[in-house]
Amino acid sequence: MITELEMGKGESELELGLGLSLGGGTPAKIGGGGAWGERGRLLTAKDFPSVGSKRAADSASHAGASPPRSSQVVGWPPIGSHRMNSLVNNQATKSAREEEDAGKKKVNDDQPKDATKKVNGKVQVGFIKVNMDGVAIGRKVDLNAHSSYENLAQTLEDMFFRTNPGTIGLTGQFTKPLRLLDGSSEFVLTYEDKEGDWMLVGDVPWRMFTTSVKRLRVMKTSEANGLAARHQDPNERQRNQPM
Amino acid sequence: MNYFPDEVIEHVFDFVTSHKDRNAISLVCKSWYKIERYSRQRVFIGNCYATNPERLLRRFPCLKSLTLKGKPHFADFNLVPHEWGGFVQPWIEALARSRVGLEELRLKRMVVTDESLELLSRSFVNFKSLVLVSCEGFTTDGLASIAANCRHLRDLDLQENEIEDHRGQWLSCFPDTCTTLVTLNFACLEGETNLVALERLVARSPNLKSLKLNRAVPLDALARLMACAPQIVDLGVGSYENDPDSESYLKLKAAIKKCTSLRSLSGFLEAAPHCLSAFHPICHNLTSLNLSYAAEIHGSHLIKLIQHCKKLQRLWILDSIGDKGLEVVASTCKELQELRVFPSDLLGGGNTAVTEEGLVAISAGCPKLHSILYFCQQMTNAALVTVAKNCPNFIRFRLCILEPNKPDHVTSQPLDEGFGAIVKACKSLRRLSLSGLLTDQVFLYIGMYANQLEMLSIAFAGDTDKGMLYVLNGCKKMKKLEIRDSPFGDTALLADVSKYETMRSLWMSSCEVTLSGCKRLAEKAPWLNVEIINESDNNRMEQNGHEGRQKVDKLYLYRTVVGTRMDAPPFVWIL
Repeated sequence: MITELEMGKGESELELGLGLSLGGGTPAKIGGGGAWGERGRLLTAKDFPSVGSKRAADSASHAGASPPRSSQVVGWPPIGSHRMNSLVNNQATKSAREEEDAGKKKVNDDQPKDATKKVNGKVQVGFIKVNMDGVAIGRKVDLNAHSSYENLAQTLEDMFFRTNPGTIGLTGQFTKPLRLLDGSSEFVLTYEDKEGDWMLVGDVPWRMFTTSVKRLRVMKTSEANGLAARHQDPNERQRNQPM
Repeated sequence: MNYFPDEVIEHVFDFVTSHKDRNAISLVCKSWYKIERYSRQRVFIGNCYATNPERLLRRFPCLKSLTLKGKPHFADFNLVPHEWGGFVQPWIEALARSRVGLEELRLKRMVVTDESLELLSRSFVNFKSLVLVSCEGFTTDGLASIAANCRHLRDLDLQENEIEDHRGQWLSCFPDTCTTLVTLNFACLEGETNLVALERLVARSPNLKSLKLNRAVPLDALARLMACAPQIVDLGVGSYENDPDSESYLKLKAAIKKCTSLRSLSGFLEAAPHCLSAFHPICHNLTSLNLSYAAEIHGSHLIKLIQHCKKLQRLWILDSIGDKGLEVVASTCKELQELRVFPSDLLGGGNTAVTEEGLVAISAGCPKLHSILYFCQQMTNAALVTVAKNCPNFIRFRLCILEPNKPDHVTSQPLDEGFGAIVKACKSLRRLSLSGLLTDQVFLYIGMYANQLEMLSIAFAGDTDKGMLYVLNGCKKMKKLEIRDSPFGDTALLADVSKYETMRSLWMSSCEVTLSGCKRLAEKAPWLNVEIINESDNNRMEQNGHEGRQKVDKLYLYRTVVGTRMDAPPFVWIL
């Protein structure tokens, strides 16, 4: 079961609630920058064998108190993922609107019952899509589970370019590290912002990035010419691999 | 019948349309088999891996319509990894090569690529109808190929798919000569829509009956669209802005009044509830209302709308309607046949959620009710017994109590008796989903009474293997059994291997079945594909000395006539 595999990993301090056992884990502190700190390592799909990568952001809620809420169990309640995404988006928009109406408030760390993801008073929708050039099927990442660009880049690297024997990343053929952020590799990480423009990841502070990002794309450096000028043709075709 | 020439028999067969009946006909004798297979136009394949395209085409060379289903049902809840399978490409390639006159393709839970859609659009001159439900892997570029190349396109129906949106130009790919559209549903697209192209398309489609818009189509565009298509029968509203100016709103009201054929309403993806009154004039005609994505419609606006809908047969709603709202439904919608109540708040139910009271009210007020999907916070045995008494005609009964293992909230007993009453009273029950605290007893009842049951979904239920055995031994018509987080193991799995030949599939995840149990099963039944889905290191399972006793995370088995599939990803181990 999930619990056994997680304990066996030897990474003890993980509080991230993705698909944790029904008993609930130690309460996590949601707080300002660096909450995941040095000890946090993002749990990815390979840590939770029964978890698909498209999870409702909601299942990452951090209730320390039992009883476990239905939203903490993987694939429960049995709502289609399309509907689940819509639900999560609605809740985020609603909360964000409520926050704006009530005026900006700082989230109090001492309220462990507060299970919505709030950073500096703004609710964010956690999961966004990631596509990579040359890979037909996309993934999703939970931005709320990351604290920095490095974190995010590592996750993406793990997702698309696994180097463990016995598992194959989506691309299969690449085994060298991506180094998405320093411009030295074959790929760059880009994102589409709220205004629909494609931008290079890394220019703005992390928090600002998380509030404005709509989705991510791992793009071939050769195609990223002109990104410095901060314009990208939004209709650029993404080539799909035949199945 | 043997005295009649084949053409006469074939003509008689034309009147037999259900798949079950046609399958039965083909088994009568060789001559009927032959006549039936040449005259068969519509084929349904419930599991795309149960057969292959070559066999399909060999048997039904005159095929015009194909329905294919790919991933198992629990894939909807993220229990099946993306790369598991269900690719439509080989099917389309084979169909294209064979030059069969394909006119309709309906896919559910399959992986569809832009390349597949392009090939589809170019290979079949008379292609008319594409229905994709819960599929993924394609973009709006694929839709553009369909739009551009299918000259006689009648239906483009996209339901709850994951489509990468390259922003809205696909609509302008419909040529000006395309005037044959009857169904256009793109509600699941997330991106921008070219409103001009859309309006022109709708204006030149006099046969358009079903139009479902996505969230990017605002209220004023809606008004214009409805004005061009007063013949519309089925409408999915996109965005229903917060503050429409009065002119747009008046135009909308005028347009809606003209839509006297409107019978089905859905969408309201972003809704301003006070605008709902624009729809009141046509509500008395509505037979279907789907507000399950309309999170902002609740309270008095919702109730007022429903009070106008006296002819409603199908209602999909969020639980924000509350028990009181369901009482209004019960007293207004006497024709109601199907009800679905979805959760609106996963973070920790408010008092607006529904309880057993709402369910009882509906059962008491709606005598024609035969299908229900009900997400709720709590339930009691007494309520279920009452529901069973009120509505013995259920065909589908799916109850989801949000908290796993929750007992009767009044007596703290398991809900065995309640569900038992349902299966005992509802003799036509074909589909059942269980939830709450349940022991082996409920399965005893199911095995005993649920004679027509074809699909059963079990989660966090049962005590011992006996539970599963009751079901396998008792439910003669079982087709799809899906089980998660329940203590059923090898004994139940292996008790009657031949049973699985009568079923489409079995799913078991987070149960007690072991690897050696699965291996034994695979040995005994070579006509089954026994798949182990293991997303952690596969190697670990093999290297471990106690491999036999290792519990299997996810087991999916299904009967097949074509053996092991070749397209399984590395983490799927087919025994």
